[in-house]
Amino acid sequence: MGGLLSYFSALFGSKERRILILGLDGAGKTTILYRLQVGEVVTTIPTIGFNVETVTYKNLKFQVWDLGGQTSIRPYWRCYYSNTDAIIYVVDSMDRDRIGISKQELVSMLEEDELKKSVLVVFANKQDIEGAMTVTEVANSLGLPALKNRKYQIFKTSAIKGEGLDEAMEWLTNTLVQAK
Amino acid sequence: MLSLKRDKKEEEDGGGNPFNNLEKSTVLQEARTFNETPINPRKCGNILTKVLYIINQGESIGQTEATEAFFAMTKLFQSKDPILRRLVYLGIKEMSKIAQDVIIVTSSLMKDMTGKEDQFRGPAIRALCSVTDHSMLQSIERYMKQAIVDKVPAVSSAALVSALHLGKGSQEVIKRWVNEAQEAVNSDNVMVQFHALGLLYHIRKTDKLAVNKLVSKFSKQSLKSPYAYCLLIRIAAKLIEEEDAGSESPMFDFIESCLRHKSEMVIYEAAHAIVQLKNTTAKDLAPAVSVLQLFCSSPKPTLRFAAVRTLNKVAIKHPAAVTACNLDLENLITDVNRSIATLAITTLLKTGNESSVDRLMKQISTFMSEISDEFKIVVVQAIRSLCSKFPRKHNVLMTFLAQMLRDEGGFDYKKEIVDCIITTIEDNVEAKEAGLAHLCEFIEDCEHTVLATKILHLLGREGPRTPSPSKYIRFIYNRVILENAAVRAAAVSAIAKFGAHCDDLLNSCVVLLERCQLDTDDEVRDRATFYVNVLKQKQKALSSAYILNGLQVSVVGLERALHQYTLEPSEAPFDLKSVPLATQPIAEQKVRDVPGEVPSSKPTQDKVAASRQDVYQEQLAQVPELANLGALFKSSSPVEVTESETEYYVQCIKHTFNNYIVFQFDCTNTLNDQQLERVTVEMEPAEGFEVIKYIPCPLLTYNKPGTTYTLVRLPSEPTQDTSRKHLSDQVIICSSNLFTSLVTGTFACVLKFLVKDCDPQTGEPDEDGYDDEYVLEDVEVSVADHVQKVMKPNFAASWEEVGPENELEDTYALSNMSTLEEAITNIIQYIGLQPCERSDKVPEGKSAHTLYLAGVFRGGHDALVRAKLALDTSGVTMQLTVRSTDPHVSEVLATAVA
Repeated sequence: MGGLLSYFSALFGSKERRILILGLDGAGKTTILYRLQVGEVVTTIPTIGFNVETVTYKNLKFQVWDLGGQTSIRPYWRCYYSNTDAIIYVVDSMDRDRIGISKQELVSMLEEDELKKSVLVVFANKQDIEGAMTVTEVANSLGLPALKNRKYQIFKTSAIKGEGLDEAMEWLTNTLVQAK
Repeated sequence: MLSLKRDKKEEEDGGGNPFNNLEKSTVLQEARTFNETPINPRKCGNILTKVLYIINQGESIGQTEATEAFFAMTKLFQSKDPILRRLVYLGIKEMSKIAQDVIIVTSSLMKDMTGKEDQFRGPAIRALCSVTDHSMLQSIERYMKQAIVDKVPAVSSAALVSALHLGKGSQEVIKRWVNEAQEAVNSDNVMVQFHALGLLYHIRKTDKLAVNKLVSKFSKQSLKSPYAYCLLIRIAAKLIEEEDAGSESPMFDFIESCLRHKSEMVIYEAAHAIVQLKNTTAKDLAPAVSVLQLFCSSPKPTLRFAAVRTLNKVAIKHPAAVTACNLDLENLITDVNRSIATLAITTLLKTGNESSVDRLMKQISTFMSEISDEFKIVVVQAIRSLCSKFPRKHNVLMTFLAQMLRDEGGFDYKKEIVDCIITTIEDNVEAKEAGLAHLCEFIEDCEHTVLATKILHLLGREGPRTPSPSKYIRFIYNRVILENAAVRAAAVSAIAKFGAHCDDLLNSCVVLLERCQLDTDDEVRDRATFYVNVLKQKQKALSSAYILNGLQVSVVGLERALHQYTLEPSEAPFDLKSVPLATQPIAEQKVRDVPGEVPSSKPTQDKVAASRQDVYQEQLAQVPELANLGALFKSSSPVEVTESETEYYVQCIKHTFNNYIVFQFDCTNTLNDQQLERVTVEMEPAEGFEVIKYIPCPLLTYNKPGTTYTLVRLPSEPTQDTSRKHLSDQVIICSSNLFTSLVTGTFACVLKFLVKDCDPQTGEPDEDGYDDEYVLEDVEVSVADHVQKVMKPNFAASWEEVGPENELEDTYALSNMSTLEEAITNIIQYIGLQPCERSDKVPEGKSAHTLYLAGVFRGGHDALVRAKLALDTSGVTMQLTVRSTDPHVSEVLATAVA
């Protein structure tokens, strides 16, 4: 029985992929996690620590870790870097003041050895609000064009409305399967 | 053979416990498996169990290691396996104390506690509370409140108990949960109700009125949970205790009504509470005792044990109340459970009459070998109280104790027996010889140095006064040949005492001691040399002072005085009189008053009592104005000069020096809206006394005790004082009463201070203040403040030593005393000297008695008092004879009782 199961799972990709959702506090990470998992908007409170859920997308299983974004929690991100296949980096497109900090966090995170091979997906979130930065603005502020040796893509998303998530997941799934 | 046995044992253990011999480092290494994906729940569960096991075995894990393991463990949250998840909760609780940054699991636990999986919710709450500190508490507050009123009992209980634990850190937040707790008390679940009541009490426990209301409310509305009832009984009993109330309290009615509850647990709790109360009469106890009596014949061993154990305790305080249960207790003697049987017998021994002692002792000796040391000690304690109750039975009891001494047993057990024999010897003259003989036999084969030296000391004290002292010397000298240095030294001292006391043994003792001068140990040799030289002088006074009486100074005081002397070397030899005397511990008498009470705390009490004065000396030396008064002669015990619940609470301690007396006032300001400054106690001195200086307490804030001193010069002794001619003239003319008035007096005291009103919250005082005063109770200086108790083991020798030079004798009729004991207590209190040779105890049925008192008067004058008391129809007649090295001291003491 076990052999049969493993045969099937080999067909659809051998194991669960591990994804981290990171970003500053209030960017919408927890909302995105549950939007992906149950397809609904849940009320959230600031995450002290982390949430971990299994998300299935197109027969692919993802182990998604949503780590808290508060300044006091950020130092612990690195405890969860190992074996990570992809990083979803969430940015609050309305928060022009802190986009700089967001960039610093992103840069220092990408320097980590353990994340050398991870795919990066940036979510320019909260696009439903008027006056939000455009995708290009966000990409430039984060210094994405300067990234080398990294598979990455940026998407404009709205976790509340559920917009852009599908496209992003689609791209991520394809990239991960190809990398296999 | 032994090693074979052990191997076998290990084999057996190994078979039963797969976790035996786990290595900490290996286990922590294995814990890295947690980081791997995907999770293997079985494997990880097994490793986590190992981690938990080593923590619970007391293995200490460093902070870094623990933190690493903790973070690895957090990865296990990705698995939904219920067994693994619950192990993770346990892991969090255990490691939350050692690892850093444990708050990382907060969100995950909050999700579990509010999730759908009921079996996760309770444990998640408990784990969450163990990682939460005060600063984080607010963020989980809403969820905790919801959990308290949750309809799943396990969740509600977990939240309530966790709230109790959190309350230890921050009472404030928990207080806001009172409405939820209130709701949970109405739960149908017995545990939830119990836990909710516990939390409610915890929230209100500082407010006595609220607790009162709580108990009366729930005692009326009937609770469902027997556990809650038990808790309520305990709270009620505590309230009664705090209010010092007895059976008239409404709380008592409630407890009594619980005796008729349908649950055995509640009935027992109520009975236990009633018998533990302090102010109860035999009538109040009766219903509780009869309930316990019923339990004695219960088929459940736990109930029988609980009942007989409680009855055993009651028997100490109210033996009469337990007599009714004697028949039931008799039946329990043969109980298959040895613990129950032992308690039953010892209870019977406490309540039984003289005729049953023999039978019970025989019964108990049949299974003495089967019970543990702990219960053997219970038996010894029972025998101790029997010895004082039935002195005529000492023969049976002594033989029994001697038998027990010979059997196997640990130090505590042996010590208890030795103590018991010693108290019996001291209380009962007839038992002395038999007791000493048993002890002599015991030290022939005693592995405990402490006990051997103790017994040798006793032999040295009591042996010389027995009809045939010579027979003890053999036992003692055997120790010199066979034992270690400490015991040998004690034996040498004991032999010297025989030599000093018994003239006919003197030469033999000197011979024995001369042999000891060749000992390998310095201390033994030094002692022997010293004793030989003193004994060879053949002067009674010398022997009495240096061998029988020993050094009476406080050791700490001596050390300090010697240190001082070496710092400022002078031509004059070191004066031993300048060293403060050891305060005679008062504890000794107290302990003896309560037969059956365990006197194991005695040595520690003694130590505290002896060093108390040294502490004061040090404190006083810190105050520059008081540093040059000389050695502290005596410190009185604290006397309250205000009621304890007034605005200002003041205690007075009198410190007597050679020519001065210092009154130390320990003041506490109990008003939180006042701050006192420059606090002094103004004293209206009695005639002859002169206030020299007030040393104010600069600042007295709310609830922080402060100290102010008043320094008073004592009246000089008339004949030595030339500047006060008129006074000494008076003295010659007037009666001796004036002498007493010169050392005693009443001081009117007024507390004076500057008040500044202040904000009760911040404690910030106003700028301006006003002077105010507060009248205190008068402070008495009595003769007892001028003398220090000194024990003279051989009173007759000391009496001759001082001689009749300054002897004064007078006869008094103490008409308001009706018994000799009462008279003795009062005389000791007035004169403040140490009763010697246990003359403070009157043998039963005697109408005449002689009391010997000894001590030192301020200035280092020896003072001895002999009071011959006789009881007649009109009261007690006393012939008081005082001897002293100073004539005035004799007069002061002679008039002290008048």
